[in-house]
Amino acid sequence: MISTLGGFTLFLALGVTLYAAAASVLGARQGREDWLASSRNAVLAHFCLVTLAIFLLEYALVTSDFSLRYVANNSTRASLTRYKIAGLWGSLEGSILLWEWLQSLMAALVVARYSGGGGSEAPSGTRQLLPYVQAVLQGISAFFLILMAFGANPFARIFPVPPDGRGLNPLLEVTDMLIHPLLLYLGYVGFSVPYAFAMAALVTGRPTEEWLRITRRWTVVAWLFLTGGIFYGGWWSYRTLGWGGYWAWDPVENASFMPWLTGTAFIHSVMIQERKRMLKVWNLTLITLTFTLVIFGTFLTRSGILGSVHAFADGPVGMMFLAFLALVLFFSFGLVAYRSDQLKGHGELDSILSRESAFLLNNLVLVGICFTVFLGTIFPLLSEAVRGNKISVGTPYFNKVSVPLGMALLLLMGIGPLIAWGRASLNNLKRNFLKPGLAAVLGAALLYALGVRQVQVLVAFGLCFFVIGTIVFEFWVATRTRARMMGESVLAAFGTLLLKSRRRYGGLIVHLGVVIAILGIAVSSVYKVEREQTLKPGDRLSLGRYSVRFEGLAAGERPTHILVWANLQAFRDGRPLHELMPGQRFYPNQQSPFASVDARYHWSEDLYVILSAFERDGSSATIKVIVNPMISWIWIGGGVILLGVLVAVLPERRLALLALRAKAQVA
Amino acid sequence: MKGRRLKYVVAGLLVAGALVGLIYSGVRDSMVYFYTPSEVTQKQAELGGKALRVGGMVVDGSVRWDPQNLLLTFQLTDGQGTVFVRHKGTAPDLFKEGAGAVVEGTWTPEGYVRASTIMAKHSEEYKPPTHPETLEDKKAVFQSILQEGKK
Repeated sequence: MISTLGGFTLFLALGVTLYAAAASVLGARQGREDWLASSRNAVLAHFCLVTLAIFLLEYALVTSDFSLRYVANNSTRASLTRYKIAGLWGSLEGSILLWEWLQSLMAALVVARYSGGGGSEAPSGTRQLLPYVQAVLQGISAFFLILMAFGANPFARIFPVPPDGRGLNPLLEVTDMLIHPLLLYLGYVGFSVPYAFAMAALVTGRPTEEWLRITRRWTVVAWLFLTGGIFYGGWWSYRTLGWGGYWAWDPVENASFMPWLTGTAFIHSVMIQERKRMLKVWNLTLITLTFTLVIFGTFLTRSGILGSVHAFADGPVGMMFLAFLALVLFFSFGLVAYRSDQLKGHGELDSILSRESAFLLNNLVLVGICFTVFLGTIFPLLSEAVRGNKISVGTPYFNKVSVPLGMALLLLMGIGPLIAWGRASLNNLKRNFLKPGLAAVLGAALLYALGVRQVQVLVAFGLCFFVIGTIVFEFWVATRTRARMMGESVLAAFGTLLLKSRRRYGGLIVHLGVVIAILGIAVSSVYKVEREQTLKPGDRLSLGRYSVRFEGLAAGERPTHILVWANLQAFRDGRPLHELMPGQRFYPNQQSPFASVDARYHWSEDLYVILSAFERDGSSATIKVIVNPMISWIWIGGGVILLGVLVAVLPERRLALLALRAKAQVA
Repeated sequence: MKGRRLKYVVAGLLVAGALVGLIYSGVRDSMVYFYTPSEVTQKQAELGGKALRVGGMVVDGSVRWDPQNLLLTFQLTDGQGTVFVRHKGTAPDLFKEGAGAVVEGTWTPEGYVRASTIMAKHSEEYKPPTHPETLEDKKAVFQSILQEGKK
């Protein structure tokens, strides 16, 4: 029943989507307002239909209707309802349905935002773009619907109907599963909106700065979701996966990192185009790359191609993804070539010592990192195709290549926001960079005096001090000037400053967050220590200032599994600190256990314990202890980034009002 | 005008060159060859000391765990060849006999893989178990340490 209804709904949605795309293009070509209105209604109808499909699949998941293959694979009777719901994005078919739902939501939001009644939201330029924006967005939706109809049907039946389903991998039955994938998907889908506007600008022959201004906020919010998703994923992995790390350069992680890199480059390079009307082709390229990398990442991780070149030929999904990628690239760059005469830059770079150059370099480095990650990820494929044997490059490759590039980026992060546009005078350089530069050198020297000898750490810290120096310096000078000129208190001046140039200062706060996170990454990766030992009750394991005493083993019944845990007493400098209870979870029908780590989280360092193995009679347990210094700075940095973006995208109207009031005060 | 453009071309080439150099040295230092167990048994002579990855099935009954020395040993097979693996440390989640695993490490002259990392693989498609297990069955396994403990 649900299978038929669900399949029918998806086919209907496909028809409506294609109609919406066609009607909006035809309506725009012929200037028929009624067709445009009809296409907008179709966009909304499409959203309703996909919403219905989501409800149907969720209903089947929650009610354990195992006649659907997808439900049998991703749900089990014993699961809590929230994890039954999360089964929707447990594997390929459901993920695509969720993606398509978010995609249809975006299209509906675009309609609601720019076509709703008043018209004040949509100046004539936007109105001309919108039909083509919708056509592109509906085209993307059509791809996902075709994918589900012909390759990855979430409503496919299974026969015979199993008495119970497999359920999610127990590793995924955690609250994080309700948050992390949604953040990532929102980020992925969010980038389709600026991409659609870019293509619409090309189609209508208006590839100016207009589409950048319209999509600025979409882009930043999409970036925020993607960033949040990546940070959240690392945090999740660290707390629950039981290996003490947060990032493994796994293809799935790289798939989210690559569009993040090009998206970050895009956010920066649009500023040059807005200001200098240069880099038009580059910006179109970046947003196209970001969108294709999102699709490519999904292709890479979901088609099974990384397992073997031959694996993906088994199902149609891989081929369909590949065909769509080719189509997107051909269409996008074809349009760029077609409009090439309109895309000539107006400006020229004046000097290598300028903000334009710093931003340009930042872009090159970001895209360079993206390229190296791309190469490393597909290296096994390349080598298999070219030389017939599979060669992979692992974590050492990624670390070795990305660390120096990351350092270069850090340096540019300090220079970019403060160096003058056009051509920086010696005076400008001295005024802005002398003090932060001194702070960097002094800070690094101080660390050296304290006994830090690793060059990598000294350089990283020096650069971080430099960037923090520039940010603090910029805030301080601007606040002081304002406080003096306006006669405001320092705090009030700081507040108005944030509100008045929220893009600039929000951006600087984001930079501060990135620096904090990089400090956490650098220190925790260089100074992480670990030790593993088998302990009898009463035995101690010591590691640096810490030690843990094994008190004994215990086990208890939980709703879905048996938990075996070790009772540990942790000490620091010989003083009792905490009780820690790392364990292993044993699920029915799963032969091997799942880790349940325990840790003492602290802003300076985490004490992280894992129960790796144990004797069933409780006579001994193998315990792994990891001390991770400053690792929580990564998550704190993520929080600061979030704060900075929120400052940058604060609603405009309220700010305009504030600005007016400030003006009135002056007058 | 011309001169200025040249300057940027040179700068761009420098950046690209640095990137290529970085990638080249990164790849050279961290290349890991992938072999099947049967390839390993055939090519033993040329593998000495090389970093490699071997993927196969963990042979039933081959897993030994020595908790005092933290030494895990097992065999990997692809049906044609079998290799011995020694690993200093514990097995990851999902590692089990009869399931797929990929080990990364070096080939020793003594004729086994000294693993630095073990990655367990699990299958995506669901097959109903032949003897479904309940929570009660699992409970019985841990009867000796089971308590109505609170955590």
